[in-house]
Amino acid sequence: MTDEAQAAARRVADAVARRSYGKLVAYLAARTGDVAGAEDALAEAFAAALADWPAKGCPETPEAWLLTVARRKAADAGRRGRTAMAASGRLKLIAEELEAAAAAPEIPDRRLALMFACAHPAIDPAMHAPLMLQAVIGLDAARIASAFLVSPAAMGQRLVRAKGKIRRAGVPFAIPPREALAERSEAVLDAIYAAFAEGWSDPSGADPARRDLTEEAMFLARLAAELMPDAPEALGLLALMLYAEARRPARRGPGGEYVPLADQDPALWVAPMIEEAETVLRRAGGLGAIGRRQLEAALQSAHVARGRAGLSNWAETVQLYDALYALTASPVVAVNRALALAETKGAAAGLAAMPAEDERLAAYQPYWAARAELLARNGEAEGARHAYDLAIGLELDPAVRAFLQRRRAALPT
Amino acid sequence: MQYLLMLHLDETAWPQMTPAEQQQGAAAYAAFTEALSAQGALAGSNRLQPSSTATTVRLADGKPQVLDGPFADSKEQVGGYYLIDVPDLDAAIAWAARCPTASHGTVEIRPVWAMPA
Repeated sequence: MTDEAQAAARRVADAVARRSYGKLVAYLAARTGDVAGAEDALAEAFAAALADWPAKGCPETPEAWLLTVARRKAADAGRRGRTAMAASGRLKLIAEELEAAAAAPEIPDRRLALMFACAHPAIDPAMHAPLMLQAVIGLDAARIASAFLVSPAAMGQRLVRAKGKIRRAGVPFAIPPREALAERSEAVLDAIYAAFAEGWSDPSGADPARRDLTEEAMFLARLAAELMPDAPEALGLLALMLYAEARRPARRGPGGEYVPLADQDPALWVAPMIEEAETVLRRAGGLGAIGRRQLEAALQSAHVARGRAGLSNWAETVQLYDALYALTASPVVAVNRALALAETKGAAAGLAAMPAEDERLAAYQPYWAARAELLARNGEAEGARHAYDLAIGLELDPAVRAFLQRRRAALPT
Repeated sequence: MQYLLMLHLDETAWPQMTPAEQQQGAAAYAAFTEALSAQGALAGSNRLQPSSTATTVRLADGKPQVLDGPFADSKEQVGGYYLIDVPDLDAAIAWAARCPTASHGTVEIRPVWAMPA
């Protein structure tokens, strides 16, 4: 097998294993309320699948394969005299559920209910994304920890604590009733986007843990869209993430330097991903309920159309920002709207439309970068220099920092 | 599953209310209790005397040390409780939100530690 074929086989096996693993964890956890117990029961089988399947090919019935191995491991553990553990009520219950699952003709897909449990309002919002990454797709705590810039030990503890809360407090594994559905879905989509944003903050893809997380977040977004096909915002989120991901290859130059959207080469954008995003966004639009994520995706679509066809659609872009601002009242949206407005009405109009500086914006790098850009275009070099200084000081990414420094150096003295 | 709804409230408010307000307040709790009971969710409930009546006890050097006053002196005190029996946390949250305390204090939901059968 060539390296490429091997990598492809690993990707397929990985995806199949994670789908089946997540389905089984969700099924067992929904029956027992015990996420950690379900993960423990399947851990060895899942590890065996990740090791075996890339070389031997995926089994025809992956869930049955995992269940067979999990039951054998459970039986082995019992025989090895781990009686104290085997006799504990929780493990016995899980073992019984394993048997019941093996006898069932088909494992029902309860992954959406598991996602709702992970993003339940009784669980710390900061743990929604890590919980989902672990329970639904089987990422280990160390990988999640590195993406969220937390020590593995701390992340492990928080995950244990959150799962303990789900089990002991009786957090339900269920699709929320209609009147609560919109709000609760928001929490699920927020968590998925949080996982994606962690991955996206490493645009060069240099940090493997972070790059992988983008793929995992995409998996969750596809899953949410698949399991909630009538939820326009779930589709909007998937479209939004596809647009962003499609531009990844263009976000860095050959030397690793930051390339802003306006200067990106559209030929480097991943065309099939953009086509998929357009299709998904159209489907969302057809459901007739506009929302924040659909508008954000529509803005991405406008950026793509502008870049590809070279057409100026700034007026339409400003309208989309208007709608988004009406929905969110977010100062971040106001900053982007001001930038778009400057393209149609000039830098002075853009500056006038910038939101007043507040505590939150004062520490927000894009606010200062946008200000600097508009001030520079308006011929206010001194103000621009000051704004660039603040933007440079607030930036984490060395490539973006270098880009801002180049801009600042190009200001007339 | 059983949950204890602990009603944390500012107990100094009650004595300052007019008799009519007190009557209205008590009626709201009575209605809530009735609703819980009608749904078969009520396992027990009591209102507590104010925390000025509280006594705390602990052993110090093997000897009981008795103190006048509540365990924690804070603005809000436990003024009563409901023990409810409902399917899951969402159901418990829904009841807690209807409890009159939620509008003038805080309702803490604690799952009861289930003893293995």
